[in-house]
Amino acid sequence: MEAVFLSFILMLSIFLGFELISKVPATLHTPLMSGANAISGITVLGALIAAGQDNAAAATWLGATAVMFATINVVGGYMVTDRMLGMFKKKDKGGAA
Amino acid sequence: MTLSPVFINFTYIISAILFIYGLKMLGHPDTARRGNLLSAIGMFIAIVVTLFAQEIIRFEYIIGAMLAGAIIGALAARLVAMTSMPEMVALFNGSGGAASLLVGWAVLYDELLPSAGSAADGVLGTAGLAAGASTFTLITVILSILIGGVTASGSVIAYAKLAEKMTSAAIVFSGQRIVNSLILLGIVVSAVMFTMDPAIGSTWFWVLLGLSLLLGVMAVIPIGGADMPVVISLLNSYSGLAACAAGFAIENNLLIVAGSTVGAAGIILTNIMCKAMNRSLANVLFSGFGAVKQASKVEGEVKPINVDDAYLILESASSVVFVPGYGMAVAQAQHVVRELGELLEKNGCEVNFAIHPVAGRMPGHMNVLLAEANVPYEQLVEMDDINPRLPNTDVAIVIGANDVVNPAAREDENSPIYGMPIINVDHARTVFVLKRSMGSGFSGVDNPLFFGENTRMLFGDAKQSISGLVAAFKS
Repeated sequence: MEAVFLSFILMLSIFLGFELISKVPATLHTPLMSGANAISGITVLGALIAAGQDNAAAATWLGATAVMFATINVVGGYMVTDRMLGMFKKKDKGGAA
Repeated sequence: MTLSPVFINFTYIISAILFIYGLKMLGHPDTARRGNLLSAIGMFIAIVVTLFAQEIIRFEYIIGAMLAGAIIGALAARLVAMTSMPEMVALFNGSGGAASLLVGWAVLYDELLPSAGSAADGVLGTAGLAAGASTFTLITVILSILIGGVTASGSVIAYAKLAEKMTSAAIVFSGQRIVNSLILLGIVVSAVMFTMDPAIGSTWFWVLLGLSLLLGVMAVIPIGGADMPVVISLLNSYSGLAACAAGFAIENNLLIVAGSTVGAAGIILTNIMCKAMNRSLANVLFSGFGAVKQASKVEGEVKPINVDDAYLILESASSVVFVPGYGMAVAQAQHVVRELGELLEKNGCEVNFAIHPVAGRMPGHMNVLLAEANVPYEQLVEMDDINPRLPNTDVAIVIGANDVVNPAAREDENSPIYGMPIINVDHARTVFVLKRSMGSGFSGVDNPLFFGENTRMLFGDAKQSISGLVAAFKS
């Protein structure tokens, strides 16, 4: 039953994703992409468990490496998105560099 | 101290809500920054509660790895130049993919080796299966290794192409499809063999891992530079799907929700990019560019112009549209372009920037560069909105763009880019094309625009030419 349950969640989330993104102005495509990319770093949760379990040394190392990669993805992704969005200005605020 | 699985899962729901709201808010310029912050908070909460899960009993590796990752990520995000953003996004995609691959791999140890750690029925419940892995779990592990592997190696190749560490042109060789089919077949065979007899260190596992990485390389090399926006958004989608597969492997709802939402978002962006090039996704993925048809040869005379004459025309213009392309990024000309735009506005001229959806090397590339140069986003006009206004525009200035302004896409049925929507700069009263020298664009297609009656070519480095114009306006 677990498989069915998880597949239900999958289905609903895919539809949700399509609905959420369908109308985004082209101006925001890059930040949207890198922001979404940061969210895909959610795999860090699985990595944490793998690295923190009392398990074979190989599994711990795999987990720890995964934690590192996922953290790069999460931290880098959110920061770079924020940096980009900080540059988008309206006319009145713009001008002075 | 540990938190109960129920509490952790409830917290995950809050994270999911924050992700969804965050993504939604990213869709509007006014709320985008807060949206990103919300989604970051969602991630932070999820990570913190996970650290209190009862499965986690050792922190020494976690702390080191998180510190290393955070430092690398923060430095990269801080230091990267806006022009190099496509490469950066490719690398971030790749590290997400690599992480999902490794998580899938690590789950194998959990499944196939009985261990003390998984005795309790924990929150990320792979527990209770230690005696033998279920086929379902094995399939999900294989999927996360496959998708994660393709994302990781594909992103590295995309990075190399974008950073010009390797040729950015499409690499096509005869028998490519046969080779790719064999790789796919090999993946299926090794996956089946591994599922039938799963063991740590099984040869089939290594074959599967190797072929997955190889598939990522093979999938990206036949895609040429101008098609890169499609690849980047597709890899973005894959990195979400990889996280989703890892979520199935460890039976974690939040990974599935977040991963598949990102996957769907990436697919939509990919679709937008394909539409902007009038090509199907299959066409972008499987064929190199323009090998099929021979475009009609363009004949005509090029009319060059120098900076002084260009200045005189601009000085009397009442509306100017800039059309930037990848060349502007290469020449790092966005700041001088903004300066010229401001001077023109002071001169009483209406200034707009026309952005083609696939200008540059990733979706929205030009918008980011111009935003960095302090161009207000109201001045950035999308293709469909600017085209009706171009016949009433005095001067269109094309900076380092080629295919996206090529009238052959409209008129020449033999052109490889025929049917691709373009910015109709040739409808403007005068067109300046800033170009280093004569030569065809990224797609290798001749551009009749250069020979147009109302076209003037301003040869030389784009940044220097624009700086020259700026100096002329100031004096």
